[in-house]
Amino acid sequence: MTLDSKIPSGPLKDKWEKYKFEMKLVNAANKRKYKAIVVGTGLAGASAAASLAELGYVVEAFTYNDSPRRAHSIAAQGGINAAKNYPNDGDSIWRLFYDTIKGGDFRAREANVYRLAQVSNNIIDQCVAQGVPFAREYGGLLDNRSFGGAQVSRTFYARGQTGQQLLLGAYSALSRAIGKKQVTMHVRKEMLDLAIIDGKARGIVTRDLVNGKIESFWADAVILATGGYGNVFFLSTNAQACNVTASYRAYKKGALFANPCFTQIHPTCIPLSGEHQSKLTLMSESLRNDGRIWVPKNKGDKRRPNEIPEEDRDYYLERKYPSYGNLAPRDISSRSAKEVCDEGRGVSATGFGVYLDFADSIKRLGKKVIEERYGNLFEMYERIVGEDPYTTPMMIYPASHYAMGGLWVDYNLMSTIPGLHVLGEANFSDHGANRLGASALMQGLADGYFVIPYTIGDYFAKNKFDKVTTDHPEFKKVEAEVVEKTNKLLSIKGKKTPTMFHRELGKVMWEYCGMGRNEAGLKKALELVPKIREEFWQNLTITGEGNDLNISLEKAGRVADFLEFAEVLLWDALERDESCGAHFREEHQYPDGEAKRDDEHFAHVAAWEYTGVGKKPNRHTEPLVFENVQLAVRSYK
Amino acid sequence: MRLTLYIWRQNNAYDKGRMEKHQVNDVLEDMSFLEMLDVLNEKLILEGKEPVAFDHDCREGICGACSLTINGIPHGHEKATTTCQLHMRKFKDGDSIYIEPFRAKAFPVIKDLIVDRTAFDRIMQAGGFISINTGNAPEANGLPVSKKNADLSMDAAACIGCGACVAACPNGAAMLFVSAKVSQFALLPQGQPERKKRVLAMVNQMEKEGFGACTNFYECEAACPKQISVRFIAMMNRDYLCSRVTEPVEV
Repeated sequence: MTLDSKIPSGPLKDKWEKYKFEMKLVNAANKRKYKAIVVGTGLAGASAAASLAELGYVVEAFTYNDSPRRAHSIAAQGGINAAKNYPNDGDSIWRLFYDTIKGGDFRAREANVYRLAQVSNNIIDQCVAQGVPFAREYGGLLDNRSFGGAQVSRTFYARGQTGQQLLLGAYSALSRAIGKKQVTMHVRKEMLDLAIIDGKARGIVTRDLVNGKIESFWADAVILATGGYGNVFFLSTNAQACNVTASYRAYKKGALFANPCFTQIHPTCIPLSGEHQSKLTLMSESLRNDGRIWVPKNKGDKRRPNEIPEEDRDYYLERKYPSYGNLAPRDISSRSAKEVCDEGRGVSATGFGVYLDFADSIKRLGKKVIEERYGNLFEMYERIVGEDPYTTPMMIYPASHYAMGGLWVDYNLMSTIPGLHVLGEANFSDHGANRLGASALMQGLADGYFVIPYTIGDYFAKNKFDKVTTDHPEFKKVEAEVVEKTNKLLSIKGKKTPTMFHRELGKVMWEYCGMGRNEAGLKKALELVPKIREEFWQNLTITGEGNDLNISLEKAGRVADFLEFAEVLLWDALERDESCGAHFREEHQYPDGEAKRDDEHFAHVAAWEYTGVGKKPNRHTEPLVFENVQLAVRSYK
Repeated sequence: MRLTLYIWRQNNAYDKGRMEKHQVNDVLEDMSFLEMLDVLNEKLILEGKEPVAFDHDCREGICGACSLTINGIPHGHEKATTTCQLHMRKFKDGDSIYIEPFRAKAFPVIKDLIVDRTAFDRIMQAGGFISINTGNAPEANGLPVSKKNADLSMDAAACIGCGACVAACPNGAAMLFVSAKVSQFALLPQGQPERKKRVLAMVNQMEKEGFGACTNFYECEAACPKQISVRFIAMMNRDYLCSRVTEPVEV
């Protein structure tokens, strides 16, 4: 299979303009004759649904939550990048493009990333016009800050709730369209499968989470904006319901899954406290600006942190990376934390934690300044851990946070299934092997507001659509498959809950495919995961009925897909025999621990094709061509 | 910790519902309230019983999904805290805890502790937006906003739409929720063209949904996990009154 990225020809900076000129248009009066289904109402889904409705298309949107406003985009704290260059510090579209490509360790497409940087400025305009209350200077203009190690201040923010405010902006646009009856909104409905008719994605099959009804919905195109798969690790910063089901079902129907092994680990989360733990809470990375990270020098030092004298402390990031110190990039600081904990020097009840100490900053700047900067975070920490970070060092540990991998899409954001478009975190396209801070919000909104409204029109205009309804035999067939699977889950009547299997899977994935990966470990995991999956289908228990609100049935369906998907992720990690960005293969590193890329063999996208449950999927590649940037080695020394 | 839980169980909207007693042992103080319920649910499933259904998602206090009334108080007794951010160290060994859904006429129970809050979405659909199509926006810095107003607007925008204000109000009023959205836009220049129309439409929808009226109990502010101020209700009342007087009434 050849993967055609459909990147327009011509100079990088003119590609998107050229595309827009050359695409076919749908006549304004004809737009109402086309229907799109949008699954997911986070930043990408809500912005796409609203924008398409405004253009005149018929839109049906779906969320498994009780309201579109609950999507997990809401939890993003830090901010959103744009190349406005308001601070006059030398930013530009080119610099944002370059930083994103380099941050992704040269594993993303130039053309997509450049387009992202180009539309980043429109996003800020759009959000401000919607009434998003971004932080402002005294003169009334927008404030910017530097974020995640960027050398320019290009991050726009709304306190620590930027994701929330941007989502509420997109939700308000969506609400307006729903109120005008341009969008039909379906809440508490979960997509469980995709219907493909005559080779095109023509609809979805859903389960109503309140009454269990299995229903079909037809359309001329389907858009998945269903987020990332970070919960494959069980514990992550993702929301509880985040899952891979929609993407995975599309994969089983023929869409290729690209770079699943590119999963980002966030270095500053509150450590695990015990087996009961349901999620890991992210603490803003900005804390590293004023906190110093350390662990005891000696193994098994059980003294309270304040009783450990300076000479018995190891400020390992400052020691290893003197110029970046505590601000070393996400992947490096995460791996270093794992290293010291694996050496037995970790802190917290589980031994998987490191200190983030503000004592020096408080001494230097005063408690008041620290309180102004991080007051709300300190309060949140105290609430969860029960310790006061002003007097006792915080404990942090890395956690799974974001999935750069996702369904393969071309420049049109269309997957290998015609008509199936994938937006936001659910696609693989823009962040390469590592995502920069404050770029997830940017990409979600770019895809939804400024890319899909153009590219979907081109798809509609260039294709002919036979009239289908949900009476089509394909829908009936898919519905029957969904019902069968649901009944099967309910009928096992074994001895373990869905959560128990999920936790087991998460432990394997985190151990062998988390921050550091190696051939032996990955092979071991490839033996363990099928065993868990086999047991799942023999020994699962769920109570309640299929035709009712049933929380354990919902969970079981999601875990079942994670159990299959995990193998694809492992295969990808195993076959990508290099280190790049967040994918760290221990066999490939420089003496200083930096990831050692292999551009000769791996400067490509790996896209996986389903071949059957438990069978090794086929690996296809899309070479990445860099015409505008020079591949360089990252150095944070 | 050992706790006695009294949990509201209700099969569906038509069921009368009842309190069910559960004894939970081995509760750790590091658990969040919802993790404590997770542990109970795991136990129930293994005993072949149906787990307690409750809404939740982000578990970091921002999505607004969790919605439990704990010992009579929406989100429990901790100030400025959502249920998911309430931790068991705030309770004592041997405590009895009463867990109910958010109760209000406009929030019918769907099952157990899950209620239907789509009334909030319909209020938003009636006017909780600035009418601007994608691509229409002027340059972001073309419209300065005083820092004071921007900050105040953000205070209002911090609402997570959980509905604790409604559940806490003896009248089941949604004034804090609606006023937060109305005020967020009323404080910004972008919100001015539709200011009057918006407040009328949103209040009108609020009344249609069966929410009660505000009689200044201020229970909403006390229960609000994001500490939205009742001052926004006063702002909205003023806006509403002015708009009623000056806007032509549509019949």
